[in-house]
Amino acid sequence: MLHTVNKSSFESASLKICLGLAKSGSDILLIEDGVYGALAGTIHATMLAEATSAVSVYALGPDLKARGLPEDRLISGIKVVGYDGFVELACANDKVQSWL
Amino acid sequence: MKLAVMVNEGPYTHQASDTAYNFIVAALAAGHEIFRVFFYHDGVNNGTRLSTPPQDDRHIVNRWSELSKAHDLDLVVCVAAAQRRGIVDPDEAKRNGKDSDNIAPGFRISGLGQLIEAGIQADRLLVFGD
Repeated sequence: MLHTVNKSSFESASLKICLGLAKSGSDILLIEDGVYGALAGTIHATMLAEATSAVSVYALGPDLKARGLPEDRLISGIKVVGYDGFVELACANDKVQSWL
Repeated sequence: MKLAVMVNEGPYTHQASDTAYNFIVAALAAGHEIFRVFFYHDGVNNGTRLSTPPQDDRHIVNRWSELSKAHDLDLVVCVAAAQRRGIVDPDEAKRNGKDSDNIAPGFRISGLGQLIEAGIQADRLLVFGD
């Protein structure tokens, strides 16, 4: 399953809840303000860094760019994709769950 | 692949309609079919042709209409959500005694059944909202 998270982890618990419920092997795509959760060195970074062993985590590149977040400041293991990558992830997974 | 999209937020208030639009453009470019875009809750505000943003800003409503024309997209606005928010087509205007309508080209007003059908018919349903 593909999970999309569009809230900053500083604003909402949706990333935390998503990581708690996502099955091993799931894909998680951070979009919109959700991309703040991809930043290394924050109080939420450990939670996501630990999850990357069980799930694949992606961040939407245009949303990182719109917020001035450089890709070299992301937690290692997080892959940056464009909207084309978003489409590929949606098609590669049998379901898409939006954590709104 | 057949994709359906649901938009639950209005233009200029939340990024949801921009994300949905960009996703759909990328999906069409990759050769996928967009079965339907369903606008619900404040998302129905994407469908008013009276929207007039500043000229140097993106025109979210016209962008939907143009995409619909270019790719024959089915843009469906939920009738109950639309009535609450004053999104009206000629039939609804007549039925409710309104002096005009404001639905944008390419959009049509219908019911929740269209969302259910999209969920059944499409291979994936993606929801964009707050």
